[in-house]
Amino acid sequence: MSWLSDLLGPLKGFLVPLRQIRKGPVTRKYPQVKRVKPQRFHGRHTLNRYPNGMEKCIGCELCAGVCPANCIYVRGKDNPPDNPVSPGERWGFVYEINMLRCIFCAMCVEACPTQAITMTHLFEMSVTNRDDAIYTRTELLVDRDGTPNYPPHEDSPLTNLEELRKGDGWMRATSPSGRREYEGIVAWTPSARTGELPAERGQSSGTPQVSEDADG
Amino acid sequence: MTVFIEAAIKVAVAFVFIMLTTLVLVWAERKWVSDLQNRIGPDRAGPFGILQTLADGLKAFFKESIRPTQSIYLLYLVAPIAALIPALLIFLVIPIGAPIEIGGTTYTLQVMDLNIGLLYVLAVSSLAVYAITLAGWSSGSKYPLLGAVRASAQMISYEAAMGLALVPVVLLTSTTSIAGIVDAQQGTFGSFIPAWNIVLIPSFIIFLIAGFAETNRPPFDLVEAESEIVGYHTEYSGFAFALFFLAEYINVFNMSALTVTLFLGGWAGPVPSFLPTWIQWLVPVFWFLLKTWAFVFLFVWVRATLPRMRYDKLMTFGWKRLIPVSLAWIILCAVAIGFREFGAPWS
Repeated sequence: MSWLSDLLGPLKGFLVPLRQIRKGPVTRKYPQVKRVKPQRFHGRHTLNRYPNGMEKCIGCELCAGVCPANCIYVRGKDNPPDNPVSPGERWGFVYEINMLRCIFCAMCVEACPTQAITMTHLFEMSVTNRDDAIYTRTELLVDRDGTPNYPPHEDSPLTNLEELRKGDGWMRATSPSGRREYEGIVAWTPSARTGELPAERGQSSGTPQVSEDADG
Repeated sequence: MTVFIEAAIKVAVAFVFIMLTTLVLVWAERKWVSDLQNRIGPDRAGPFGILQTLADGLKAFFKESIRPTQSIYLLYLVAPIAALIPALLIFLVIPIGAPIEIGGTTYTLQVMDLNIGLLYVLAVSSLAVYAITLAGWSSGSKYPLLGAVRASAQMISYEAAMGLALVPVVLLTSTTSIAGIVDAQQGTFGSFIPAWNIVLIPSFIIFLIAGFAETNRPPFDLVEAESEIVGYHTEYSGFAFALFFLAEYINVFNMSALTVTLFLGGWAGPVPSFLPTWIQWLVPVFWFLLKTWAFVFLFVWVRATLPRMRYDKLMTFGWKRLIPVSLAWIILCAVAIGFREFGAPWS
């Protein structure tokens, strides 16, 4: 009967696709269904807090030093004695990660002496603007109860029409800092109540004045 | 006068039927082929994505039809229409159900019953080659021209095999009217095996293979071959392209319907007599649609299974395998039927 099996041999291949029906689709309907990530998944960073709400970051800049992609920018500042932000001597008052450069190697996590920066399972970081890819302290810092600030763009003017109806909505939507004199941290945006207030006349500005001699 | 009214109603119903069928067919193919390939397929527009074809059609309708500067514009416009019309014309002679009797008058569920129905089918289906040649030639671009030459060679070669595969059917049923061929298949061999023309197994297989080649479906879709070698409708866009697409899917349905009509008894099937009369009329239609959609599934199944054939193998297969086999089979059938009609010459 070898001639019969020779004859039917090519037809056996027709059963292969039929068997796939029982297997079912391997497709995941992504926006609705998200895969559970592995435990040590290298996702977006967060800046953590102690249980009492104090920030863990002490502005030591070790993460910035160890970063192979040079994507972290940290500035430390002495804690105000009456209302300290972190338990240490200093706190990181500027903390920026450029996600366009970040390679998600988690060297910053290893370098951090206080475990202030860790990685999460968050992975949706698409932006419509290159400036939006620079995550600032406000976006990276977890909430008081420890939930990561996520997603950063959910409430942004581009997705929230109510925001767009506010006076400076469109300006903030098209230029994320909301101000032309943007110098590295998100400036004070009245309707969103984020960022830092510009300095009053006669005060020293909270905004770092990036110049050659200051940063060296 | 009533003849004209009847004809007009039949044409309108047939047109709507074939358009709706195509609408479902495109969706069904995409769903089935994704089932066979571990995918989900269209599921956004409507329940189970059933409105996807409608959405695609609307999109194509509102898109710009780009006119290539080198094209022969009149022919460039005529070609898609010339592709669609033969596809619609073939359906006219296919009976989708048993004749029904209303008030003493018998109406056939077939737009027209030509006494040369089979020849009409072969003649009209070969007109599709003109559309493809015109499309490739009038585009004024070399790749569509090459695709069109390839396509016309393929379709003409397989038309020969297809025509030869139908000769035993005519020999067996001694009629070329499609309704006559269906009527001839109504009885049974013995008591339960239906007397379908599928007993002409070689004819059936050759017709099926040639049908795949005629409708330019995988594994013979060198005509279109969108993934590597460029096909005849490269320069077409928008609604003109949609017409080619529509014609291809109407042809798939037509070819399935023809296979069923010529080899599987058409609308023949058991009709339970305890049912009310109006359901009894619908049962043959149900059998016809069931068989036809089974063949539509076969088209999809083959598409999901087989890779595209190489062009020289395609030609070799058509001319050196199918045609000699069908010629030998015709002679065998003719001799056998001659013996049955006239007795053996030595007796």
